[in-house]
Amino acid sequence: MTILVIAEHDNNELKPVTLNTLSAATAIGGDIHLLVAGSNCQAVAETAAQIPAVAKVLLADNAAYEHQLAENMSKLVQTLASDYGHILASATTTGKNFLPRVAALLDVNQISDIIAVESADTFKRPIYAGNAIATVQSSDTVKVITVRGTAFDAVESAGGSAEVAAIGEACDAGISSFVGEELAESDRPELTAASVVVSGGRGMGNGENFDLLYSVADKLGAAVGASRAAVDAGFVPNDMQVGQTGKMVAPDLYIAVGISGAIQHLAGMKDSKVIVAINKDEEAPIFQVADYGLVADLFEAVPELETKL
Amino acid sequence: MKVLVAVKRVIDYNVKVRVKADNSDVDLANVKMALNPFCEIAIEEAVRLKEAGTASEVVVVSIGSKSCEEQIRTALALGADRGVRIDTEDGPDSLSVSKLLAKVVEKEAPGMVILGKQAIDSDNNQTGQMLGALLDRPQGTFASEVKVDGDKVQVTREVDGGLQTVELAMPAIVTTDLRLNEPRYASLPNIMKAKRKPLEVISPDDLGVTVSSNLSLLRVDPPAERQAGIMVGSVDELVEKLRNEAKVI
Ligand SMILES: Cc1cc2nc3c(=O)[nH]c(=O)nc-3n(C[C@H](O)[C@H](O)[C@H](O)COP(=O)(O)OP(=O)(O)OC[C@H]3O[C@@H](n4cnc5c(N)ncnc54)[C@H](O)[C@@H]3O)c2cc1C
Repeated sequence: MTILVIAEHDNNELKPVTLNTLSAATAIGGDIHLLVAGSNCQAVAETAAQIPAVAKVLLADNAAYEHQLAENMSKLVQTLASDYGHILASATTTGKNFLPRVAALLDVNQISDIIAVESADTFKRPIYAGNAIATVQSSDTVKVITVRGTAFDAVESAGGSAEVAAIGEACDAGISSFVGEELAESDRPELTAASVVVSGGRGMGNGENFDLLYSVADKLGAAVGASRAAVDAGFVPNDMQVGQTGKMVAPDLYIAVGISGAIQHLAGMKDSKVIVAINKDEEAPIFQVADYGLVADLFEAVPELETKL
Repeated sequence: MKVLVAVKRVIDYNVKVRVKADNSDVDLANVKMALNPFCEIAIEEAVRLKEAGTASEVVVVSIGSKSCEEQIRTALALGADRGVRIDTEDGPDSLSVSKLLAKVVEKEAPGMVILGKQAIDSDNNQTGQMLGALLDRPQGTFASEVKVDGDKVQVTREVDGGLQTVELAMPAIVTTDLRLNEPRYASLPNIMKAKRKPLEVISPDDLGVTVSSNLSLLRVDPPAERQAGIMVGSVDELVEKLRNEAKVI
């Protein structure tokens, strides 16, 4: 049976996480169609067509999909669903927003945030902030799934030449509209895709002190993240939160600075390859998951680290 | 306007859950249970809407066995006016929960339904969205700000790139993110008062919904444990280890 993957993009660029979600689709097995729904997003469809794993690109280019409003997206996917045995999206705030609606419209459950494909109907997913891994089997006729990008290696992005088919359907539910957005501008790598992440917690004390972390990050080509406490305190914006209810990251190197290591924070970073913790409290739980722990005042250790890199 | 809030009884967020020895599930025997933190935020938002004169009544619904009446009472102590429990076994799947809630919404006709964005046990993040689809009503998920304006509501949402604001026609579904508000604590007098507030129990049959599931839990495993690491004595040693041992810089 064919698999439908819904592309993550901003009308200009295909987001790399799509390649990870496609990887989960290849693990399920079968022809893969990639839906690019947006407005003036032809360029995204062209990029998508070069992905060798994709057999066909469906392009739904209409003003109704410009901001991928859940009400409109779900109706669009519902109209396409009968051709597919699996429907996948990335477990990003976009995928998590519209895909459960698709599931409900199709009268099936959604299998959220999978980290492994056991077979075409059986998947692993973390529950309880990652303190347990559930293996779930679905007997639904169509499996609706969100995929945790960091758990799957990206598929190749170039070399293919899939057909691009236009979808005429304009599903505008007319009950919601986009008002505006405030998106973080940063030259640093995207948090969930970075190979090095430097994160700060409440111990940073204020927003200005995050400059210490930005300096280290720039030497390492790293992204900068934060704990919930740092975001709640207004040190940094919400899009930097790592954890159970923030972003999931799994870089090669994660440096936690002034973060105690609450289970909700660990849920978002404990799959990192190497974890470094800098904390002045030797009892801090973060040291239990750290490969390298340094008990020190961050205001001394971080500037020193920056000069020695 | 009436506001309906759906709440879930879950493991207390401070408790680290353990997997049962037979890998059938997690072990919840003698574990402290509480109101899901996101549901607490949902109640707080509804109560604030009432205090601001925007909402006239706050109705709280929970689905599960008798034990979840404890969480309904907590919600009543925090300011909700009356409770409804839909009597099921614990842990029906999200689709069943959404179907049950959709029937309650049809009966109660609220102007807004507020739910937590996810429950910290199943971590699904889907019930609010499913409810929206079943009712064909719009949703503002992961809300950090909710502004009612006549028959519309503007919801600011926490998204991966930052913040997004959408405008929804009411009735609308809102799911809460952490920064929507800071929930109050229930005062002792309010806890006493909550005991006398009405709490109705209804069955899925009353609502014409059959609770079943096409999802089965085959097994539950503990996550891979990380190898214990080492403590380094200085920044120099740290840099040396990262370069030569871990080879990540
Ligand atoms: C429903 C729910 C969801 C949540 N989701 C998340 C989530 O997604 N992500 C998340 O991170 N949290 C989340 N939390 C919050 C979590 O429980 C913790 O409260 C939070 O992670 C604590 O952040 P912190 O480690 O920065 O702060 P703290 O726990 O206050 O730790 C600060 C640390 O800084 C150290 N420190 C202070 N000064 C210095 C110094 N000068 N030098 C060195 N070290 C110093 C201290 O020793 C301490 O260990 C959630 C909580 C709930 C209830």
